[in-house]
Amino acid sequence: MNLDSYTVTRGSKSAKIAAILGLIVIVILITAPWWAGRADMRLLGELFLYLALASLWNLMAGYAGLVSVGQQAYVGFGGYMLFALTIFGGVNPVFAIALAGLLGAAIAVPVAALIFRLRGAYFAIGTWVMAEVFRLSFAQVGALGGGSGTSLPVGIVRSMADGRSAREALSYWLALGVATLVVAAVYLFLRSRKGLALTAIRDNELAAGSLGIDIFRTKFLVYIVTCAMTAMVGALIFLQKLRISPDAAFSVNDWTAFVIFIVVIGGIGTIEGPIIGTLIFFALRETLADLGTIYLMVLGLVAIVIMLKAPKGIWGLIKDRMNLQIFPLGYRVETPDENKGA
Amino acid sequence: MPEPILKISKLSAHYGDFQALYGVDMEVAEGEVLAIIGANGAGKTTLLRSLSGLMSNEAGQITYRGQAIGALRADQVAALGIALVPEGRQLFPSLTVEENLMIGGRVNRAGPWNLHKVYDLFPILQERRGQASTSLSGGQQQMVAIGRALMSNPDLILFDEISLGLAPIIIKDIYAALPGIVGGGMSAVIVEQDITKALSVSSRVYCLQEGRVSLEGGSATVSREEISRAYFGIA
Repeated sequence: MNLDSYTVTRGSKSAKIAAILGLIVIVILITAPWWAGRADMRLLGELFLYLALASLWNLMAGYAGLVSVGQQAYVGFGGYMLFALTIFGGVNPVFAIALAGLLGAAIAVPVAALIFRLRGAYFAIGTWVMAEVFRLSFAQVGALGGGSGTSLPVGIVRSMADGRSAREALSYWLALGVATLVVAAVYLFLRSRKGLALTAIRDNELAAGSLGIDIFRTKFLVYIVTCAMTAMVGALIFLQKLRISPDAAFSVNDWTAFVIFIVVIGGIGTIEGPIIGTLIFFALRETLADLGTIYLMVLGLVAIVIMLKAPKGIWGLIKDRMNLQIFPLGYRVETPDENKGA
Repeated sequence: MPEPILKISKLSAHYGDFQALYGVDMEVAEGEVLAIIGANGAGKTTLLRSLSGLMSNEAGQITYRGQAIGALRADQVAALGIALVPEGRQLFPSLTVEENLMIGGRVNRAGPWNLHKVYDLFPILQERRGQASTSLSGGQQQMVAIGRALMSNPDLILFDEISLGLAPIIIKDIYAALPGIVGGGMSAVIVEQDITKALSVSSRVYCLQEGRVSLEGGSATVSREEISRAYFGIA
């Protein structure tokens, strides 16, 4: 066999096309405030934030093996930090989002020190317990409205930008920016040496350890970074909602169950999975939401069918059948025919 | 005998209430290839797990270059220059051949081994470098496991049952590559059930029986009777 005719590459034709299409879509989305309606922009903003949450949960569960059902702790924490920093600290709301991320990282350190002692299902339950501790704690803070919550004062909302349209455009761009940042950060992290180590840990923890990978430190780092970014997304979510309460901020349904659904149906352990999952989730929600509880039953049914028939999710199914790569992480061998085509 | 690179003193290891090793004493000299033989359940893999940090022991029971390493984690042991080729290969299925090798190179130790040198040793891996490691044959997977360990440029390499589950012709190829690996002054501990193979590449041999050392001697000088007695516990 003539080896010179085969090339090993990370990129692929499909990845290059997807990158160009992705850039075009981002540019079109950036211009949305000039052509989209108010309701469409709100919907897109929400979609971007769910995409960010799903990508972060996927990094943690799908790559680091940390299956948390308590990420609502950081969504709510980020939201509350935004309110506290802007109301009591007089911090600019946009700057407060970044600060909420830093505070999220700070609070995640002692939480990790506690829950990292647990494994598997116990870890999952531990994260949920921590989220409940967060919810009950914030419900005790009278200055932030206690159990009934509080609204963002009008003055703070107005300080963001002049006029309602400008504020909504800013909120929209922030959501788009955060989603793009999260997906890009996850992709670049997984392509790095640390990302390779993370995949190795997911595949075989014992072997990874005996090859010099510090398993605790790698997982710890992923957990802290994920929680910090989740807190930033949480701050943005409640900047859009303008009102926060413990039940809304720490809702396991809204911020974890739906996110897990998105990742599972899209394809866990892939970057493309959460993107596809988010699109499917919103398509189902927008078409079935009027059906009330039946909508939730349909979501459950879809999740069960996907888990049974396509355990690798919709993206897994597409990837296996079409050998597609949008976010190339691994190397692949290209045959001479493929080279000619590319 | 030169100064030992590795010294094991009264090493005991437990799985819960079950004791797998009872006061094992052993030494590996610089540049020496040591064979450890024994029946199933004799404690060979437990010994290697202890040496590589996958099982925690009392610190002073294992000394490497004068440093107590018994209580260190696996990644700390690897950073000191001890690499393990584990039983059953334990490759990373979602990574390609080359990525598996690169993971071994994460331990940033200076030395002769790099991707090119591993591909020189096992040319078939260069051909398969972009493939998923799981798509390789058992023998090729074993080559990846060995290459991955070498990429960390260890001073001591631990082989756990490298011939297990492989066809005789493949075992022959792998053993033929061993002198090229340990010839550069690297020390090696080879755990093996194939006694003939183990004796052919080592200078000294230890036999374990029910967690205890039942024989220690030169690989070229121990007799078949001594090995039978030590291996099976019969006269």
